[in-house]
Amino acid sequence: MALILTDDQAQLRDSARDFLSEQSPVSALRQLRDSHDADGFSRPLWARFAEMGYTGVLVPEAHGGLGLGHVEAGVVMDQIGHQLCASPLLASGIVATTALTLAGSTAQQAAWLPRLAAAQAIATLAIDEAGKHRPQQLATTARAEGAGWLLDGAKTLVLDGHVADLFIVAARVGEAGTGLFLVDAGAPGVAVERTVMVDAHNAARVRFQGVRLGADALLGTPETGAATLAATLDAGRCAAAAELLGLADEVFARTIDYIKQRKQFGKLIGEFQGLQHRAAVLYADLEISRAALLKAQQALDADIHTAGRAVAVAKARAGRTATTAVQEGVQMHGGMGMTDAFEIGFFMKRARVLQELWGDHHFHTDAFASHRGY
Amino acid sequence: MATSPAATPAVGTADDTPDLAAFRAETRAWLQANCPPEMRQPMASEEDVCWGGRKFRPSSPAQKLWLDRMAARGWTVPTWPQAYGGAGLSSLQAKVLAQEMRALNCRSPLNSFGIWMLGPALLKFGTEAQKLEHLPPIARGEIRWCQGYSEPNAGSDLASLATKAEDMGDHFVVNGQKIWTSYADKADWIFCLVRTDTSNKHNGISFVLFDMASPGVRTQPILLISGASPFCETFFDNVRVEKRNLVGTLNKGWDVAKYLLGHEREMIGSIGDRAAARPLGLQAAAAIGLDAQGRLADPLLRAQIAEFEVDEAAFRLMMERAGDLARGKQAHPALPSMLKYYGAELNKRRWELMMGVFGADALEWESDRSRHGDRARTWLRTKANSIEGGTSEVQLNIISKRILELPGA
Repeated sequence: MALILTDDQAQLRDSARDFLSEQSPVSALRQLRDSHDADGFSRPLWARFAEMGYTGVLVPEAHGGLGLGHVEAGVVMDQIGHQLCASPLLASGIVATTALTLAGSTAQQAAWLPRLAAAQAIATLAIDEAGKHRPQQLATTARAEGAGWLLDGAKTLVLDGHVADLFIVAARVGEAGTGLFLVDAGAPGVAVERTVMVDAHNAARVRFQGVRLGADALLGTPETGAATLAATLDAGRCAAAAELLGLADEVFARTIDYIKQRKQFGKLIGEFQGLQHRAAVLYADLEISRAALLKAQQALDADIHTAGRAVAVAKARAGRTATTAVQEGVQMHGGMGMTDAFEIGFFMKRARVLQELWGDHHFHTDAFASHRGY
Repeated sequence: MATSPAATPAVGTADDTPDLAAFRAETRAWLQANCPPEMRQPMASEEDVCWGGRKFRPSSPAQKLWLDRMAARGWTVPTWPQAYGGAGLSSLQAKVLAQEMRALNCRSPLNSFGIWMLGPALLKFGTEAQKLEHLPPIARGEIRWCQGYSEPNAGSDLASLATKAEDMGDHFVVNGQKIWTSYADKADWIFCLVRTDTSNKHNGISFVLFDMASPGVRTQPILLISGASPFCETFFDNVRVEKRNLVGTLNKGWDVAKYLLGHEREMIGSIGDRAAARPLGLQAAAAIGLDAQGRLADPLLRAQIAEFEVDEAAFRLMMERAGDLARGKQAHPALPSMLKYYGAELNKRRWELMMGVFGADALEWESDRSRHGDRARTWLRTKANSIEGGTSEVQLNIISKRILELPGA
């Protein structure tokens, strides 16, 4: 498959660019932050996401979605990155939707996918338990009790946790199994603490204390849980990489514009080779990371269970490249880049969160090496 | 990471059209039947590279057979028209051919500056007579070309070149000196930039072709830090060049040169790609060993190798994407500068790491065990990657000016 967007995909990108830049520019995130918005995102905009098909991009048509793939999802995430639009799309529309689509029973899918596609419910994955992403070292447990399960554990960095209707909780089952459990946000024993992040996006710490679940709460089986979790995480990582490169491209464009206007020593600062060469190196890194991203998206669409290495390359590259882009963005904007009034800082903060989310570039570089066999 | 082991993904056959799928099957069958087994082994040394030319002595009968079979099919230059020795393949078919050759580990039948650099320039700027005279011998590996660009005082500032071609009516007389002429001592013909107007820097350069056996041509190999002499000083003393060997318009040779440099940069940029035989990390695992967790028993080196391999994988995808962008008419014309910059830096990184991986074993310079210091010599050779074909700094200038449109660049 050619490593370029198809005409349809390019059209989706253009319409998402128009829609998001008009409906949710960076100033909208500032507004959410400064007003201490209780939801942390705009519900009217979220409803529009359903009309535009974004919330249903990965939901099969039979359940009211568009039934498209990860390239299309990534195209939308890319534009979200450009505008730093805060929404549950990543958590609900991509990650939770992927888990339900991959492993959900007919009843589970029918119960949730149409509501997720219509933006009538929000679902989110609860995986991390400590500062660093270690999906293979879960302390949360699910024990068989009667016909159902008893869930105990504590999760952190649960995206949009305080507005979620459904948690998909990763837990250890027995000695070797991994289970993904559907847990109603209102279930007894679930305690949610909102933890607004540095980037003014939503996350939460969620405790599950003796939560009683029916047999139908398990997604798939404990034998397939690890594979489902890995594939679900890869979908999330790839979407996060798309948002990272979108924001990196935006910062880069703004920075190039700025150094073409700012004068010092009687010259445009963009005339100085000290800046030119750094900008040119960054351009190369952005382009190369984009090739890796597109490959990972296509790999997810071809076979989500064998896309791991391609996703690791994409997330590692996107994390590193975006980190460089936002740092150079602030530096080249000089003192202005340090002010809250200027928007560049918002991009730096978001990049930090996305870099960390579901494995930073160290995590994915290490995973790549292990995958290669050294 | 998915926990299931991902083998190298099958070559992209899924989205072949029926026509392309038929071409792929046909190609695979032909390669299996016609590529000698010896030509499917990794190259052991420089001798295994086939450059063709009048002075070429094949290192094995298989090498010659492989070249002749591929040339007869037009597959040494698959996208060139059949009239000029090619096979007239579409760029998608050529991609399939390359994929199938990689899948069978087929060696390149012919390495050639004629194919990579002069050919594309002649196809664009040459007259019909020039194409018919020069392209088929390139395709068959009969004539080996070298490039006369750099001069002692015209390196990064190439357009300040001074080698002079005087108009004598029906011919030119060329006087001057070139330097860093790759394999000038082994080449049969040269494509050469000469000054035909001293009053105009860029618009006073012409692009000419002549036989290296012409009276007045002399070459002197330059010994490099690697101990090898891939480059020469080349001297021209009253060399006669026929007017019919002027390519393009008089004084407009810079346009030809720039076009050709784009191809050269892509070629050097792809070195990092082509050289990738066995993953560096696996070579390191074999040389250094793994710890109890199955990780390379040198954690800091492992981290650097892994980061390199991530970049290498991404760059390989960028090369693929660059081809797809070109086919879709979406590629920026200065994109080869980016590929050249990154590919050169990547290859230097690879060989610094390679020296780290093999430690003292890579330091031997003369032993048979080290194949006469192959690793050390290659490591040193790669240092030129970011100098030849336009330095890394020149590529960054080009990106700044032509892609980012920064002021004063």
